[in-house]
Amino acid sequence: MALKIVKGSIDRMFDKNLQDLVRGIRNHKEDEAKYISTCIDEIKQELKQDNIAVKANAVCKLTYLQMLGYDVSWAAFNIVEVMSSSKFTYKRIGYLAASQCFHESTDVIMLTTNQIRKDLSSPNQYDTGVALTGLSCFVTPDLARDLANDIMTLVSHGDCVKRKRCSVLIMYKVFLKYPESLRPAFPRLKEKLEDPDPGVQSAAVNVICELARRNPKNYLSLAPLFFKLMTSSTNNWVLIKIIKLFGALTPLEPRLGKKLIEPLTNLIHSTSAMSLLYECVNTVIAGQYCSSVGSVVLCVQKLRILIEDSDQNLKYLGLLAMSKILKTHPKSVQSHKDLILQCLDDKDESIRLRALDLLYGMVSKKNLMEIVKKLMLHVDKAEGTTYRDELLTKIIDICSQSNYQYITNFEWSVSQPVTPHPPGISVSWWTIRVFAVAQMATLLDNAHLLTGSMQRNGICEVLYAAAWICGEFSEHLENPLQTLEAMLRPKVATLPGHIQAVYVQNAAKLFATVLKSQEGNTDSTTAQETSQLMIDRLPLFVQSANLEVQERASCILQLVKYIQKLQQKDVEVAEEVIALFAGELNPVAPKAQKKVPVPEGLDLDAWINEPPSESESEDEQPKAIFAKEEPKHSRPRHTEVDEKELARRREARKQEQANNPFYIKASPSSQKVYQDAPGVEHIPVVQIDLSVPLKVPGLPMSDQYVKLEEERRQKERAEKKKKEKKKRKEKRSGRGKKHDSGPESEEDITPAHMVDIVTEEMPEVRCVSLQIQFSTSRIFNELSPSSFWVFNEKKSSKHKKKKQKKEKEEKEKKKKKKKHHHHHHHSDGGGEESVQNGTVEEEEPLPVSVYDIQGNLQDGSQVVVSVIFENKCDSFLKSMEFNVLDSLNSKLQRPEGSGPHDGLTVPFQLPPGVSNEARFVFTVQSIVMPQKLKGTLTFIVKDSSTHEKLDFKLHFTCTSYLITTPCYSDAFAKLLESGDLKGSSVRLEGVNMPFHHLLARICFHHHFSVVERIDSCASMYSRSIQGHHVCLLVKTSGQTVSIDAKCDEPTLLGNVLDEIKQTFSQC
Amino acid sequence: MIKAILIFNNHGKPRLIRFYQYFAEDMQQQIIRETFHLVSKRDDNVCNFLEGGSLIGGSDYKLIYRHYATLYFVFCVDSSESELGILDLIQVFVETLDKCFENVCELDLIFHMDKVHYILQEVVMGGMVLETNMNEIVAQVEVQNRMEKSESLVGSVAKNGHVTFPT
Repeated sequence: MALKIVKGSIDRMFDKNLQDLVRGIRNHKEDEAKYISTCIDEIKQELKQDNIAVKANAVCKLTYLQMLGYDVSWAAFNIVEVMSSSKFTYKRIGYLAASQCFHESTDVIMLTTNQIRKDLSSPNQYDTGVALTGLSCFVTPDLARDLANDIMTLVSHGDCVKRKRCSVLIMYKVFLKYPESLRPAFPRLKEKLEDPDPGVQSAAVNVICELARRNPKNYLSLAPLFFKLMTSSTNNWVLIKIIKLFGALTPLEPRLGKKLIEPLTNLIHSTSAMSLLYECVNTVIAGQYCSSVGSVVLCVQKLRILIEDSDQNLKYLGLLAMSKILKTHPKSVQSHKDLILQCLDDKDESIRLRALDLLYGMVSKKNLMEIVKKLMLHVDKAEGTTYRDELLTKIIDICSQSNYQYITNFEWSVSQPVTPHPPGISVSWWTIRVFAVAQMATLLDNAHLLTGSMQRNGICEVLYAAAWICGEFSEHLENPLQTLEAMLRPKVATLPGHIQAVYVQNAAKLFATVLKSQEGNTDSTTAQETSQLMIDRLPLFVQSANLEVQERASCILQLVKYIQKLQQKDVEVAEEVIALFAGELNPVAPKAQKKVPVPEGLDLDAWINEPPSESESEDEQPKAIFAKEEPKHSRPRHTEVDEKELARRREARKQEQANNPFYIKASPSSQKVYQDAPGVEHIPVVQIDLSVPLKVPGLPMSDQYVKLEEERRQKERAEKKKKEKKKRKEKRSGRGKKHDSGPESEEDITPAHMVDIVTEEMPEVRCVSLQIQFSTSRIFNELSPSSFWVFNEKKSSKHKKKKQKKEKEEKEKKKKKKKHHHHHHHSDGGGEESVQNGTVEEEEPLPVSVYDIQGNLQDGSQVVVSVIFENKCDSFLKSMEFNVLDSLNSKLQRPEGSGPHDGLTVPFQLPPGVSNEARFVFTVQSIVMPQKLKGTLTFIVKDSSTHEKLDFKLHFTCTSYLITTPCYSDAFAKLLESGDLKGSSVRLEGVNMPFHHLLARICFHHHFSVVERIDSCASMYSRSIQGHHVCLLVKTSGQTVSIDAKCDEPTLLGNVLDEIKQTFSQC
Repeated sequence: MIKAILIFNNHGKPRLIRFYQYFAEDMQQQIIRETFHLVSKRDDNVCNFLEGGSLIGGSDYKLIYRHYATLYFVFCVDSSESELGILDLIQVFVETLDKCFENVCELDLIFHMDKVHYILQEVVMGGMVLETNMNEIVAQVEVQNRMEKSESLVGSVAKNGHVTFPT
């Protein structure tokens, strides 16, 4: 061993360090690649050694090679080794290398979690700093999730100001990668805005500005705080950031703009820092609140100073800001035309481009020709640059804006080779046709000059116009034959297809004109020569790859051949040929149609044919892949369909669904939620002012989409709900009857359609409930009013019981499986001992989980567990205390002032044989992972006055965070197309149940709803309380079921799939 | 946010690259080439802002650069950064380098790329400006250099006088 160390150290003397490597590369300019590859081999050898110093040296060299473009990801593991060195020197090298080449798909990154955690909590603040810096570059969602708490600790407790600053900054990265952390961390971040240390403060401003830039709405509530900072801070960096932030906020809140105008104006007047001045001006412009002309004038004045400055940078920024003012207050800018025109002469291209932008808005009838003339001069100077393209585009834009309203001299305009759309002009103003045609003919004649250089600029478009004008108004041509010849030059074939097509067509028009002019001539050679010319040249176009060109050319070619034949027989054809193109185009004013009176008896609004009936139109709608089971919920095609019609159709659809034995209604549990959801929405819930941004950049846009979708349907749903409630009432009364009198009422037939095992066995429920002791726990959102859940409670407990019974019969231990459970057994004196020893789960065969979630999307972090306590012993129970061991993720909410380990008193006592329900609120941060919480219930048995204890476990499954949310197939398809979702799939073997049972099971146990179903294939949808979308495609063949799933949160998806798998593995 | 910081010389040879968003190595090189192409053809007396590096960012991004003797310092930033502010920041960074290396020249950057990185890390973190006060930056850098030195001394003693790295 000693020998090895000595050997290592001797080797090291011969190792290259970074400087040697650089020197070597510089000395091998000719065969650099070869030299580097030998170096890489050496580095590989060095990395194999045990000596950390050697490794660090090698990694340092790799960082250099990475800069030169070499992929060094193969050494990722060695980099991790160097990162975990205890020495600052090596650690720093390792983190540097990692920050240069690690990224989200680097797999060894997950090995670093613990190392980074260790470094973050290191007593050496520089270790922490290095780790934070590295982390800021390669943080992944996993790292962000695992380390969020450590970073929060640094933010609030770190005593070193410097590290605090870093950790505040890195919070932004963590939020980006792990949005769930934003909500709990936000209050602390907000605190830091008022930190005594200006560095920490500016870091916090920085982070909040970045967050707000992505989603300004959520940060409006911070405006007063920022306002205070703005008026008190003297740090220009912070001021700039805040002012920029206000620039983003003011469009959302006009009042803010008014309030800002004064301090901003003050700053503009007082500051000496140009950067600050510029940002102030920008923000004044950004808020459209410049209603006070004074502030605009002030801004323009200040900008003029910037533009006149000799510093090119200020000039550039001045022009940039000026163009923003131009959009809202063109007049104030126009007065500075002279200055802008000067800038066109600037040697700096960026500045010229900015000036060009401005010119567009400053053109008037009076100055148009002057400006364009100036620009044309520049075009000549700027041959062959991108600037020239920009110039030409601008000239075209300037001339054509608002439909040529500024152009007073069209002869001038037509003579500009770049003027757009001369056909429009030529048609509209016949007076200038002659002139235009002459111009265009010249242009065509010289087209070869244009084509070469202009093709790439799109200037050849002008030839399109020219050809058309010459063809259409060929009678004005002095020498049509010459023009015809020009149009048939072989070079034309290099032009874009659509231009060639116009060429060919108009060549035919010209041909007709030539024939016409030769008609009276006794000498027919010219006419025949022209025909021959056409016949010679056209085949070139017949071979064109462009269909349009080919088609026109071959058509015209045949025509000309036929004409030639006739010519040879001396038949006079000119009249007939010209008739092909007869008719003059007259300009029509856009409003002309209005002047034509509507003939009597003509009702323009009446249908000519009866519009297709609604049912037809529905059938015609393209069916989505799965369209079958669920008739489309009509998104009315005719928006004018009235409410009545909608109601009628809805009724009809209901009828159809009721009569369709294959229609799967939502399972009982989903129905329940479905029914409640609108109810919850109707409660006038006051928007809680959390002043916490609920949205983080990175959350899927589809979220918004779904929300819209929901709104769209809300009305419909509300109505449906009413009906369903009614139905349900009937159902229940029917059920009651069943027990009393035996014969089934008609209403009972409807529930039979519900493909749900549970419901089918309903009749037995009652007796079961008498025998079986059970406990219920449900999770639902605290915002749902009790009236709703009480009702549900009854329902769900029935289901449960029944399920229990079934399970009991089959002796399956299903309870662990899914979801949420809660078991409580209050046993009598004799049974207590055994209960005390273990968890209820093991010892009690009977208690089965009952769970339910009523999520309300307005609050994704709180769940309420409601527990039914039933006293099964003969003694009176009192002083019950419920306590749960909190985890990082899930915490029992305790009244203020109580410690984190205190229990909650159950607010009632239990006489023998009585049951009652209590609710407990939990705060849950992340819902992507299932979780089990351990808890105990302590109580006093009155008769014996003994203190007893009962252990239990609460199982928060991922499924229990899902809420049955109906989804329409179109929304579903959009969601899938959006590409925000990540996929995963699972196969279930040996599932022996009808497909609709299978679907019902997924709906019931996992809170999904069926979107569409075709034969043995169905798409399903659900949504988490935090708004994750979960989409399933379930297919079955034989006993194999495959489920392809997509979700915006892969971890959540994985867990839900596992849970589904478990459901089916136990049945 | 700062998206990337590039330092290259008059011939486009990279001297330091720091991306705050992941790009594969070949893409990085392409970005350097493109940026060099855009920046190098500009005179010294034109403005220091450039729009339209197509590879990095897009329309929201600007290149803000300064040219010192043989080196270009280019920052690619989005619209949340103040143009003039970043120009100042580049100046601060270069002055800091000058102080740390004592009359910095291109050779210092060539042979001590790692040190330049460490200095930069004190100025910009994860794309966000961390510190703009030159004295603060220099102080931080010096403390860390001292730590490095003391470690190498301790290391050499602990390992029976093994030859240690020149630092």
